[in-house]
Amino acid sequence: MLLSELPRDVVATIVSVDGLGADPIAQRLRELGFVVGEQVRCTAVAPFGADPMLVQVGYTRFALRRTEAQRVHVQLTENRQ
Amino acid sequence: MNPSSTQPSHTAQIALIGNPNCGKTSLFNRLTGTRQKVANYAGVTVERKEGRLQLPSGRSLKILDLPGAYSLQATSPDEAITRAVCLGELAGEARPDLLVCVVDATNLRLHLRFVLELRALGRPMLLVLNMMDDAARRGIQIDQDLLSKKIGLPVVTTIATQANGVQGLLQQLDLDWQNWIVAPETSKTDQSQPDLHQPDLHQQVRELLAETVSMPALTDQRDDRLDRILLHPVWGLLCLALIMFMIFQAVFAGAAPLMDGIETLFAGISDLVSAQMPDGVLKSLVVDGIIAGVGGVVVFLPQILILFLFILLLEESGYLPRAAFLLDRLMFKSGLSGRSFIPLLSSFACAVPGVMATRSIQDPRDRLATIMVAPLMTCSARLPVYALLIGAFIPAQTVAGLFNLQGLVLFGLYVAGVASALAVSWLMKKIHRDRTEHALLLELPSYRVPSWRSVSLGLYERASIFLKRVGGIILALTILLWFLASFPAPPDGATGAAIDYSFAGQLGHLMAPIFAPLGFSWQICIALIPAMAAREVVVAALGTVYALSGNDDLLSQQLSPLIADQWSLATALSLLVWFVFAPQCIATLATVRRETGSWRQVSIMTAYLFGLAYLMAMLTYQAAVALGWG
Repeated sequence: MLLSELPRDVVATIVSVDGLGADPIAQRLRELGFVVGEQVRCTAVAPFGADPMLVQVGYTRFALRRTEAQRVHVQLTENRQ
Repeated sequence: MNPSSTQPSHTAQIALIGNPNCGKTSLFNRLTGTRQKVANYAGVTVERKEGRLQLPSGRSLKILDLPGAYSLQATSPDEAITRAVCLGELAGEARPDLLVCVVDATNLRLHLRFVLELRALGRPMLLVLNMMDDAARRGIQIDQDLLSKKIGLPVVTTIATQANGVQGLLQQLDLDWQNWIVAPETSKTDQSQPDLHQPDLHQQVRELLAETVSMPALTDQRDDRLDRILLHPVWGLLCLALIMFMIFQAVFAGAAPLMDGIETLFAGISDLVSAQMPDGVLKSLVVDGIIAGVGGVVVFLPQILILFLFILLLEESGYLPRAAFLLDRLMFKSGLSGRSFIPLLSSFACAVPGVMATRSIQDPRDRLATIMVAPLMTCSARLPVYALLIGAFIPAQTVAGLFNLQGLVLFGLYVAGVASALAVSWLMKKIHRDRTEHALLLELPSYRVPSWRSVSLGLYERASIFLKRVGGIILALTILLWFLASFPAPPDGATGAAIDYSFAGQLGHLMAPIFAPLGFSWQICIALIPAMAAREVVVAALGTVYALSGNDDLLSQQLSPLIADQWSLATALSLLVWFVFAPQCIATLATVRRETGSWRQVSIMTAYLFGLAYLMAMLTYQAAVALGWG
């Protein structure tokens, strides 16, 4: 599934990030820690249209617009935290 | 041997570098105090902060506070500067002799990646673990010696918010740092193939952390609790509204007496000088040109200081990006970003601090769009004009048994400003050639207690930038307007108002046919010229044109029946609409010049606002005449 579809407070693991090389936003996402194998969790959504969403990766939280989060593919992690 | 790495005879230059939110600026403030210079890098609007610091041995160093960056693969002008300085590619900027790499000890997973990227440059480097007090509070344990060994660099810890929190760093900087270099491992980092190195760096950080850091929880309990309320769809918005309301109240209620005080002070000075000097051109220049001009600059300070006090507190505490998160969707739809909200709200008090506050928007396109529409927010200087015209022309009757018609018209003028700002930014987005997606990707940092030291230094910085860079332009233009309104002097035996014979008067008469479709008389046209200095000046200028005298309140009382008698309702409505749009404020234009670094943007803004003002006022006048109000 896409990171943009991840429900709140569910832990998932990143399986891939689109747009290798060409897309500066995907490039930046990887620099911020959105890399394969990293665990992510949506901790909050904004009031209007639930966009942007707040995503915890590593020790840090980033506000991502849904269109930005669409570049990240995730898989639900079996044992929830 | 590399000439730049020999022990330099000149004062060595070191640079603080790190991710945004690593506490770098607090550290810079702690190290340098007021011994810092703030300017812009040549040709761009990125802030350049340099200071001097005294080491325990008595040696002094130049220290540069580089803009925060997540990576050397720059995605913003800030990051491009940081990259260029690190690589020694920025013209006129010496390559730093030592990179002092600052990381937040509670956010090592993210920050160490950048450290590893910088380490590959093969330059002398020092790692600073900052915010050690927060790390201790959260039970984070870092094996400093092992980390230093693994990473190959000296490691020191700091607490930038405490007076004695940087001793270790100062002692370390006194040592010989020439060999604090990690030789690039295999090949040199190939900048054209960054992707190949990305996963490696993240993997290396994971391994480093596993070996050297023990962390009880990923996040701070305190942040989690606060975010549950402050980011809640209902409570979060309510808190935001409450905070904004408080700021607004403080700016309006707090600044007004101070501004009155400054105006009284300058009126006193000009009376004093008037009494001492013989009548003539020189006296007029000093009193009406210079003193009035300086007063016109200083009068903005209370609003700027109060507003920035709050903005700095919100920024330091970590709330500002959260406000941007809450409102991003609304702002994004109209071609702005969540970060535009605070500058635009500030512009209701005054567009000058509003435009200055756009510095918190990193994306240049979003920042420019915000600056362009900021003057459409109804600033407090429009109120005297609105009050005069509404008082004279709109009957104080009750509408629908509840609302005061005068209040409704005033409210309508505010709404017109906001609606047109959103429409203009939306239109700018539509016609913009650059359609690439600009990311939000906004880090929400941990909440922190603001440091008074950083807040007061920030305020001092804002005030001096305004006085030095903007004040000069305002003063020059005020003197120009004085010249236009004073020369040539009326001939002997002249009967009309003196201004009528001046260049401004002649201009006003020339303008009259152009402004006839708007219903403006030649008197109004003349008054518009000195009112370029500031909108509220139009009241005094109308007084001058109609040869009245007295203070502003008295003028308003005298003017009100006079214009009610001489102007039609259509003319009054048209003039009200004119002031919603017209860029009648050289202080704003001067600030835009300073903040965009470009006269071209100032011309575009001036042209579009005058165009819009002309069009809307004409439509209003013609519609009102058609309704029989002419």
